[in-house]
Amino acid sequence: MSQSIDYQAPPRQSFSIGKIWTDKRTRGLVIQLLATLAICAVVLYLAGNVVENFQKLGKPFGFGFLQQEAGYDINQRLVEYNSQSTHLRAAVVGILNTLLVAVCGIILASILGFILGVLRLSPNWIVNRLAYCYIEFVRNVPVLVHILLVHGILVHSLPKTRQAIDVADSFFFTNRGFFVPKPIMEPLFWLVLAAFVIGVVYAFWYRRMARIKQAATGEQSPVFWVMLGSIVGVPIVAFLLTGMPLAWDIPALKGFNFKGGMALRPEFLSLWLALSLYTAAFIAENVRSGIEAVNKGQTEAALALGLPRKRTLNLVVIPQAMRVIIPPLNSQYLNITKNSSLAIAIGYMDIVATIGGISLNQTGREMECMLIVLGLYLTFSLVISSVMNWYNNRLALVER
Amino acid sequence: METATRAYPPGEHPDQKPPIGQSGVLYWMHKNLFSSPFNVILTLLTAYFLYLLLPPLFGWLMIDSVFVADSRDHCRELGSGACWGFIGKRLGQFTYGFYPHDERWRVVLCFALFVAACVPILWDGAPNRKKWLYFAAAFPFIAFWLLIGGNGSIAAYGILFALVVVPVVYFSPIDDADGADTGGLTYVLLAVWAFLLIGLQNIFFSTDVDIGIGGLGNVMRTLITLLLIGLTMVPLFHRGMAGKLRRQWATGFFALAALWHFVGGTNFGFSSDHLLTIVDTDQFGGFMLTMVIGVTGIVVSLPLGILLALGRQSDLHIIRWVCTGFIEFIRGVPLIALLFVASTMLNYFLPPGSNFDLLLRVLIMVVLFSAAYLAEVVRGGLQAIPKGQTEAADAMGLRYWQSMRLIVLPQALKISIPGIVNTFIGLFKDTTLVVIIGLLDPLGIGRASLSDTKWQGLSTEVYVFIAIFFFICCFSMSRYSIYLENKLHTGHRED
Repeated sequence: MSQSIDYQAPPRQSFSIGKIWTDKRTRGLVIQLLATLAICAVVLYLAGNVVENFQKLGKPFGFGFLQQEAGYDINQRLVEYNSQSTHLRAAVVGILNTLLVAVCGIILASILGFILGVLRLSPNWIVNRLAYCYIEFVRNVPVLVHILLVHGILVHSLPKTRQAIDVADSFFFTNRGFFVPKPIMEPLFWLVLAAFVIGVVYAFWYRRMARIKQAATGEQSPVFWVMLGSIVGVPIVAFLLTGMPLAWDIPALKGFNFKGGMALRPEFLSLWLALSLYTAAFIAENVRSGIEAVNKGQTEAALALGLPRKRTLNLVVIPQAMRVIIPPLNSQYLNITKNSSLAIAIGYMDIVATIGGISLNQTGREMECMLIVLGLYLTFSLVISSVMNWYNNRLALVER
Repeated sequence: METATRAYPPGEHPDQKPPIGQSGVLYWMHKNLFSSPFNVILTLLTAYFLYLLLPPLFGWLMIDSVFVADSRDHCRELGSGACWGFIGKRLGQFTYGFYPHDERWRVVLCFALFVAACVPILWDGAPNRKKWLYFAAAFPFIAFWLLIGGNGSIAAYGILFALVVVPVVYFSPIDDADGADTGGLTYVLLAVWAFLLIGLQNIFFSTDVDIGIGGLGNVMRTLITLLLIGLTMVPLFHRGMAGKLRRQWATGFFALAALWHFVGGTNFGFSSDHLLTIVDTDQFGGFMLTMVIGVTGIVVSLPLGILLALGRQSDLHIIRWVCTGFIEFIRGVPLIALLFVASTMLNYFLPPGSNFDLLLRVLIMVVLFSAAYLAEVVRGGLQAIPKGQTEAADAMGLRYWQSMRLIVLPQALKISIPGIVNTFIGLFKDTTLVVIIGLLDPLGIGRASLSDTKWQGLSTEVYVFIAIFFFICCFSMSRYSIYLENKLHTGHRED
């Protein structure tokens, strides 16, 4: 049966109805077409329902209500606001409050998380067990419970205003919040700020030049000390030279409450602490797995090359660990920002509580308010993840 | 001295004790606690910290606490620690919410059945595992009936489904007419969706389905139902049927029977309130509500998440864009905003006048939310599978779904287990957020009972109690995932 096989060009694919489903390419097209039609149909159906519902209720759709008077108070605010301000202004206050707690939370959670992650890897048994217990307990309890618990403890366990815990007559801890001195800038203070900016710019310029010099000649420069000097030292010198142009507004008990100084309200404090403590546990796990992901051979090779321990850590282990740590860290930062929306449970006036809560209830504009809230959160998420992606790309391994 | 001189045959020498200073408590302490001056300081500092922390903590939790009391003041008289008497007084509410007192046995029974259904799923060494798995397939329907109530048709159809359709689909012989594989899963899913959608429509929407068959008369309608049910069971008894036909027969007639039941409204003479009193979902609360949302979310979001992940990896552009857009949107907004959307805005998207159960709305949002996160976890797993695997499957002539189901997904899911379980834990913890839109989960019950003037100021006790509940649930889930990971780890370890 040794037939010679005639190799021919495959027959030209002619179109026929039967092939629509059997041919892979046309099937793909059909599926996509059907999916598009289905999605369009669903969207049209929903949009039709929305239009019909709006007509039935006699509601117009529009964002004009943002110019109306809000008529409610917000106790925690970073910009001027009172009950005669507009809903738009309330939204701005809410956005700033969300950002405030998110940024503060990210900073504190990162610090705590890195410390905990390192403690978790400590060869000291009692220290790493303690870190383990903390991480496991905190991670397995909902963040809302943490927030309410911390809020409850702050409000119920701290003393009343009259019996405030007094530290050095300028810090007061009460169940109405923490009162701390507030810095007041005098006119010359801008010189200190300018010195600080110049110091930072110079420090980074110096580091860049030092790297170029090292690449060209192999000589090393005292980068760390120069950077420390120009970032910290220069502003301090400027501060002293201009005659310390900074005054402190110290809080004092007047009547029923403290006047002056800066007030950290229990709502802000409990949200901030709870979010940071909660997220720190997750960051600690990321840090631990990042450091563990660096192959032991890397450390051994660096030591064999004669690098001292500290440089091994700085030049070999940490850069590789950061590559593993950054992506999950990114999502933890996003989580803090999103979890800050739980503020509404304890009455911290963030964006969900202002525009998505009171404004929504007062104006009855569910659709518009929720669109604003969703849009804002999407923007926050996009910004944070693009910053972190930029950082991640800088650290990423350059491959072929 | 005798042992030193005795000669042993090769390999028979008894193990000697390690030298002194290389074992024992002191060695352990030296190595783990006092290996360097820095470690000594660290150990001492930590020990001091624990000394400051633990005695007051245990005093508050256990020793000084009061377990039986009538009011907060009574508590304070009896002891200075936590006032658990408050929790004790409200334990019923914390567990069942406002579920009617006389009907609470249903919740207990449901929970017992849930545990029974979990055993064969979680433990593959369970005796008679296959039969238990049928029960697990029927459980969701039985649970639905037990918790909501009604005439039990849902449970009946669930049992029919689990005992007839599932075995027929999975254990019919595979014959030549089928090709390599029949995609049994597809049939089952279709049947389940037909069943669930119609069933839910009937129960949760106020608009009634009426296709004008009311005039047929009760006897006639019942006969048709019985006929369809009988037809569903035919493959069980008729051994001669070809494999593919058996599957299509069972699933097809089951879907028809379910459809007929829900549009025809046959109830065999029972009124809808006849067997179990109907309990409105707004009476659900406490830990029971947490379990309902958590378990439903986990069960429904996993298949949805896998589909989304596959969609995001698909070669079909439109499918990929839609899935990517959906996943990124959901991941970009907080769950609480989605819940607000569910509670305030969703009604605008439905036909005017339709009323939509709040719990169902919340469930949909929770499912969508965790499905988006699961999709990303599964995508990570899918990306880790070398391309050669799909190419090999293509070369074997497997179709897309076959290669996914038989080759790619088993490997991808196995490596994404830790992430999947973490998402489940996250979902379970996120069930607490429903308190913000007014459902009475344990936190809601806790906040409501804190406003009782007799018990004011006991928030710490309430939240610690709830925290302990969640810790137990979530910690056991994460332990189980570690066990599963080790069990499924069939490759070689790197170290």
